[in-house]
Amino acid sequence: MTFALALEQLLNGLQLGVMLFLMAAGLTLIFGVMGLINLAHGSLYMVGAFACATVAAWTGSFWLGLIASLACAAAAGAIVELLVIRRLYDRDHLDQVLATFALILIFSEGTRWMFGSFPLYLDIPPLLQGAVALPGGTQYPLYRLAIIAAGAVVAFALYLLISRTRLGIRIRAGESDREMIGALGVDIRTLYTVVFALGAALAGFAGAMVGALQSVQVGMGEPVLILAFVVIVIGGIGSIKGALLGALLVGVIDTMGRFLLPKVFVLFVPPSQAGMIGGALASMLIYIVMALILAVKPRGLFPPAHA
Amino acid sequence: MKKLLSAATLVLAVGASSLAMAEPVKIGMITTLSGGGAGLGVDSRDGFMLAIKQSGNKDIEVITEDDGQKPELAVQIADKMIQSDQVDILTGIVWSNLLMAVAPSAVAQGKFYVSTNAAPAALAGANCNPLYFNAAYQNDNLHEAMGEYANKDYKKLFIMAPNYPAGKDSLTGFKRYFKGELAAEVYTQVGQTDYAAEIAQIRASGADGVFAFLPGGMGIAFMKQYAQSGVNLPIMGPGFSFSQDVLPAIGDAALGVKASGQWVKDLDNEANKKFVADFQQEYNRLPSLYAVQAYDAAQLILSAAAKADVKDTEAFRAELLKADIKSPRGNFKFNTNQHPIQDIYVTEVTKEGDVLTNKTVEKIFTDHGDAYAKDCKM
Repeated sequence: MTFALALEQLLNGLQLGVMLFLMAAGLTLIFGVMGLINLAHGSLYMVGAFACATVAAWTGSFWLGLIASLACAAAAGAIVELLVIRRLYDRDHLDQVLATFALILIFSEGTRWMFGSFPLYLDIPPLLQGAVALPGGTQYPLYRLAIIAAGAVVAFALYLLISRTRLGIRIRAGESDREMIGALGVDIRTLYTVVFALGAALAGFAGAMVGALQSVQVGMGEPVLILAFVVIVIGGIGSIKGALLGALLVGVIDTMGRFLLPKVFVLFVPPSQAGMIGGALASMLIYIVMALILAVKPRGLFPPAHA
Repeated sequence: MKKLLSAATLVLAVGASSLAMAEPVKIGMITTLSGGGAGLGVDSRDGFMLAIKQSGNKDIEVITEDDGQKPELAVQIADKMIQSDQVDILTGIVWSNLLMAVAPSAVAQGKFYVSTNAAPAALAGANCNPLYFNAAYQNDNLHEAMGEYANKDYKKLFIMAPNYPAGKDSLTGFKRYFKGELAAEVYTQVGQTDYAAEIAQIRASGADGVFAFLPGGMGIAFMKQYAQSGVNLPIMGPGFSFSQDVLPAIGDAALGVKASGQWVKDLDNEANKKFVADFQQEYNRLPSLYAVQAYDAAQLILSAAAKADVKDTEAFRAELLKADIKSPRGNFKFNTNQHPIQDIYVTEVTKEGDVLTNKTVEKIFTDHGDAYAKDCKM
């Protein structure tokens, strides 16, 4: 194994982690502020990707598509919050899971009804096409580097938003005591809608960025959603910092596992079996890591102080 | 008057006898109509229904249900179709892991299973069954063709497939014919959407080409990411990786890719020209491999139903086995294990105007059967 290959795999892990962070940040924010488990978060990711693909196909511009993905996902999030989610805050988690699972089905079949069963075409913008040279003599896709950069910018912006703005103060206050900030005269209903739309916009942004790299199709959000839940459980539910570290951890462990485990098994068994066993074990690896972390720290790496 | 009466009786008699021939046949189609693999199932269903519609046969009833690409769901639907709907024939499953969950129990309950796509090795050899027919191929076939084709230009290949029965059949089939060296043999997760880790391995492998079996959304994701990676090794794969259902979503990244198929859109025979034209007219898009396979499966069932009663298992089976159809693939007959013997072609992705499609490059196998037929004792 060379340095170049290890570096490339590390970047791949970071890129996956950043993408997971965009999903997990919204999920953990919504849980932290409103105490809501939102299974339909993956659907908002799909909405973002479809909005981007559709607008990019109309206008020929990926960037307009990206803006549309933010707008559509935020709008879809706000509408869902006003129509459905609002009624769930006082219910227990089982009701929330049931209702948001229903939303997944509605979003999936609605999208299939509008766009059909075949995947849509969405390509990387010309500006970010191709690969760049890295130290060690290897090449790396520019677009993946751009995703890492975009994720870093979003993480920093979220940090500023939460620590430096009035909205951020309210979000933090909402996390520690929901009833109290309502009693202090903050319009908690609007705050909830705004936070939900913000989380949805982040998911939509992730969907659009990843849609250009993968395929834009119905049901694309659910596999990511499962990973995002692993991330927030590892990071500590409700913690943005935990979501960032958890996402990077899961991204790097998953990528390195897929890459290294078959190489380890090759030492003991024939190559074709090593590939199969290594591949199977690699897909379990993040769940094993999650179980180990929870055994030591049952509330995740960074549990919010109040809970 | 007498003449008229006797003529009427004759017409009645003819009518009655043709009625007696065409016993109603109830077909249960289980296929993937939702989720990432839905494109494959939709094409299977549409190809199948096109043949049924063209036949004008009113005695055939088709019940269609979505398996969501989930084995447990497919099993439930099959049980329901067999027990409460009382179907005579099951068909339509796209994925081999789902087929393995459904077909063996269906044939054990005395129902026919005519596969429109999935063809795991496990059902082609020692465990073949008189009631199980495959109208598509045996899973290994298209991969064998690429192995044979790769011998011409490649010395060292990186080969890759998802970790499920058809993925294992794929690489087994490829290796059966490819004589060069393997740089690596990689199994990915089913439904995986990010191939960065695999592409990095390809870059570092020192291979002179890549063989990838990644059907549906997996292939779309891989091809788009590969095009961005700066790795320039030629890609090849079986027809499914670059079938008509995924080409529009991959875009120009697929241009020039070599693949194998037992059917190509430009095959020069009357049945094919008619099929492609009719399919386009009916559904306003080009057909894929899956559509052709399902179209032929329906043709096979129709041909047998015209001559035998489906309740008379032996007679119906004998008629199916004759494969008395005009396939868009050209030559088509059944092997001793009831899998096809057919020609296999190498194709290349090209552009016709704005539409990406496959064209024939050469015929690589003539009258190709499969490696498991010799183990099948029926």
